[in-house]
Amino acid sequence: MTQAPHIIARSRVWSIPGGVHPEQHKAESNQSAIEPVPLPSELWLPLSMHIGSPAIPVVKVGDTVCKGDLIARSQSGISASIHAPTSGRVVAIEDHVYAHESGFKQPAICIESDGLDIWRQQKPWHNWREQSVEDIVARIHDGGITGMGGASFPTDVKYRNKHAPIHTLLVNAAECEPYITADDRLIRERAEDILHGAAICRHLLGARTILIGIEDNKPEAISAFEVAAKRLGLDITLAVVPTKYPSGGEKQLIQLTTGLEVPKGGLPSDIGLVCQNVGTLYQIYRTVVFDEPLISRVTTITGQAIERPGNYEALIGTSIETLLNHAGAHLKKADRVIMGGPMMGFALPDITAPLVKATNCLLAPTKKEIPPPIIDNPCIRCGMCEQACPAGLLPQQLHWASKNRLLDEAELHSIDDCIECGACAYVCPSRIPLVQYFRYAKGEIKQERADQLASDRARVRFENRQARLDREKAEKEQRRKARAEAAAKALAEKQAKEGSNEEPKEDPIKAALERAAAKRDAKNTTTETQNPEQLKDIAEKAKAKFEKATQRLLDAEKEGSEMVPALRKAAGKLEEKYHSAEKAYQAAMKEQENVSP
Amino acid sequence: MISITSPHTVGQNSVSKVMFTLVAALVPGYACLIYIFGWGYLVNALIAVTVAVALEALILVLRKRPVGFFLKDGSIIVTALLLACALPPIVPWWLVAIGSGIAVIFAKHLFGGLGQNPFNPAMVAYALLLVSLPVLMTSRWANVDVLPSFADALTISFGHLDKGLDAFTGATPLDHYKLNIGRLTADNVLQDPIYGAFAAKGWMQINLAFLVGGLVLLALRIITWHIPVSLLASILVMSVLFGSDGDAFVPTSLHLFSGSTMLAAFFIATDPVTAATSNKGKLVYGAGIGLLIYIIRTWGNYPDATAFAVLLMNFSAPLIDHYTRPRVYGHSKAVKGFKNDG
Repeated sequence: MTQAPHIIARSRVWSIPGGVHPEQHKAESNQSAIEPVPLPSELWLPLSMHIGSPAIPVVKVGDTVCKGDLIARSQSGISASIHAPTSGRVVAIEDHVYAHESGFKQPAICIESDGLDIWRQQKPWHNWREQSVEDIVARIHDGGITGMGGASFPTDVKYRNKHAPIHTLLVNAAECEPYITADDRLIRERAEDILHGAAICRHLLGARTILIGIEDNKPEAISAFEVAAKRLGLDITLAVVPTKYPSGGEKQLIQLTTGLEVPKGGLPSDIGLVCQNVGTLYQIYRTVVFDEPLISRVTTITGQAIERPGNYEALIGTSIETLLNHAGAHLKKADRVIMGGPMMGFALPDITAPLVKATNCLLAPTKKEIPPPIIDNPCIRCGMCEQACPAGLLPQQLHWASKNRLLDEAELHSIDDCIECGACAYVCPSRIPLVQYFRYAKGEIKQERADQLASDRARVRFENRQARLDREKAEKEQRRKARAEAAAKALAEKQAKEGSNEEPKEDPIKAALERAAAKRDAKNTTTETQNPEQLKDIAEKAKAKFEKATQRLLDAEKEGSEMVPALRKAAGKLEEKYHSAEKAYQAAMKEQENVSP
Repeated sequence: MISITSPHTVGQNSVSKVMFTLVAALVPGYACLIYIFGWGYLVNALIAVTVAVALEALILVLRKRPVGFFLKDGSIIVTALLLACALPPIVPWWLVAIGSGIAVIFAKHLFGGLGQNPFNPAMVAYALLLVSLPVLMTSRWANVDVLPSFADALTISFGHLDKGLDAFTGATPLDHYKLNIGRLTADNVLQDPIYGAFAAKGWMQINLAFLVGGLVLLALRIITWHIPVSLLASILVMSVLFGSDGDAFVPTSLHLFSGSTMLAAFFIATDPVTAATSNKGKLVYGAGIGLLIYIIRTWGNYPDATAFAVLLMNFSAPLIDHYTRPRVYGHSKAVKGFKNDG
């Protein structure tokens, strides 16, 4: 093979507004090599440890599984599959503690390890370039890969939904959060694998450039990248950005390394970029080339309450408590256990929750290291938050709007563009938990939008129904008019035909009333002298009348005439009459039988 | 376990730190005032702070707020010190006390206390005193050349106001120049002993001292450069544009380096609670104050105009805020005004 000419270029770096410089605390954990954690006896795999719909279990309790077997399949759309991290038996599928601020439980699959750690059959693609793009993307999807920088967004989606040509794969190696060194160590030890992953992604995207954004506090990782790129003969561009939080935020890193901004409401792909964390690239390499799904990850365990801080490679589903104990945690000394970094992570309500795909750091600080929050002063609008905001927002105004639940005002101040990095709260002299206020306002806005949508829909439905009813009413009215006209016309024609010699007709209503009165009188007089023959006659007549009325009703219904209710009523009355006449006849018959047996 | 959300790490800044840094930054200005105009300023400062702290404590009790917690923030000390260095040095104690009272009760706590006041408390107090007690407020500036002793200052403050008073008092240079330029030429006016080689005697040093304090605040990032720079620039531009004729107008050097210009630019206009909030807004706000200072000084009845200029711009701050929002990441342009068109 001819040596391809390769360039390791240093790219220009732009600046971002704001940002803060918290104490880094990286040296505690980045001095030792990544250490594998011994196989735990049981693993709990939550069905939803990614953004999107939860996976659906494809195993049942009692099944035996091999390492890497699919145990829960992704749903269509945005979702990720879950695999058995080791071989063993499925012992439970039920709700289990989950690493979330709420402390709510979540459905999970529990696997009891058999201690053998036997892989399922694997189909390595050592020459992945022979595979089609679709097959590789499918393997990434089937491997359950999600973004490993913390957001856990299903990775394959980035390769499936390309609506703009992608020119650059931006590798996020900034790792700007204090304490976390998982990416740093991964780069130092496995830079070639990461770059292999980057080459795969570049191939999938049809991109030109691999641009690596990395903070200047990681000189060893930078040189590891350079050495690896040389060995692989891969063209990479390194953008060494100054150490400043939150330079590793996707939008911020894009601005730092390209000078471009992701348009509001858009995606990096809108400006020809796909951003991928180094941990994810490493996993893509393992999955595509070795057919290993995402079943383990490197996570930093650090903080002053940890005796052996460092980076640990653990199976997804391992209990966090087990991991902390393995690293020598003094949990009594720890004020809280944080999943993620100190700027954007959250305090775990229960440390028995399992390690998930997104867990890049477990931080157990002492009270002295990260003191509990103090009571906040009122905002003095000093504006330090504004100077720190990387998104160009006015946190002091957003705070005012959020605190007073002025949601329109919050939207005017673009609260949706807040990335919740916490830089504002970090610099706030009044120690106001600003991010918490913003989360509240965002939640309220989301709820209001949902309510608005629902009520809009209901209004449209109601209006449509009203319009339909009005239309029907108008149509009925028209039909009625047409019929009345036709009747009048027919009558006029008839009268014209029969000539004027015909004596004027009696009023039909009056005649009917008279007839009815006469009948009533007759009935009243006849009831006393009833014999079965007469009664039978009456009943038969009533039956005939009822049948006739029913027939008319049916005809009217067929026509859709407005007479239907009146006819129905009349038919009902006739039916009653018929039944009572029938009864009277039966009774009379019985009596007769009794009298003359 | 209580739920604590991110960020877990926070900086060690606090309101008290901000306020006491402000107090420290006032020290050079105060030292210079006392050195040049005598102990009256110290006496006034002590009275103002004592009354302000006592009243704040009382009102916090009445408002059922934690007293220690809010006194600790030190904001009221800053207010009192700003008021005291704006007042003339030779005034009776009750004037200072009333000023302090107005600042604490009416300007601060009636609006809800720290962070809630729409108007700069020290300037509200100053303006009210100036309107209510114009003679005391304008004719009791110290004479640079005859300084009262500390004992004299105390005597003047508490009781015997008239004791040898004429020896100590004089008009401010801004006042003097404006009064006399109508009938004299600039050269003649500047012959007066209250003027020095550049600007006014004593006042230039005082302004420089406040400038030093202000630069410290800038360096410590307690304030940003926007308000001081735009305020001074707008005074400069106005005085160069309109007042280049020294025989008709107060010269630029006097505008910038006498009176309360530097105090206003770095300490008063930069009060964040009452100022406009975004960087762009601060530029507009500062420029507005500078403009109003020049207009009131030149065409108004008051020789110095900081209080009114600041108060007027305090009124405008919310409006300015609505039209000067910064462009947010990913937006093609800034959202202005009261309607969000996407």
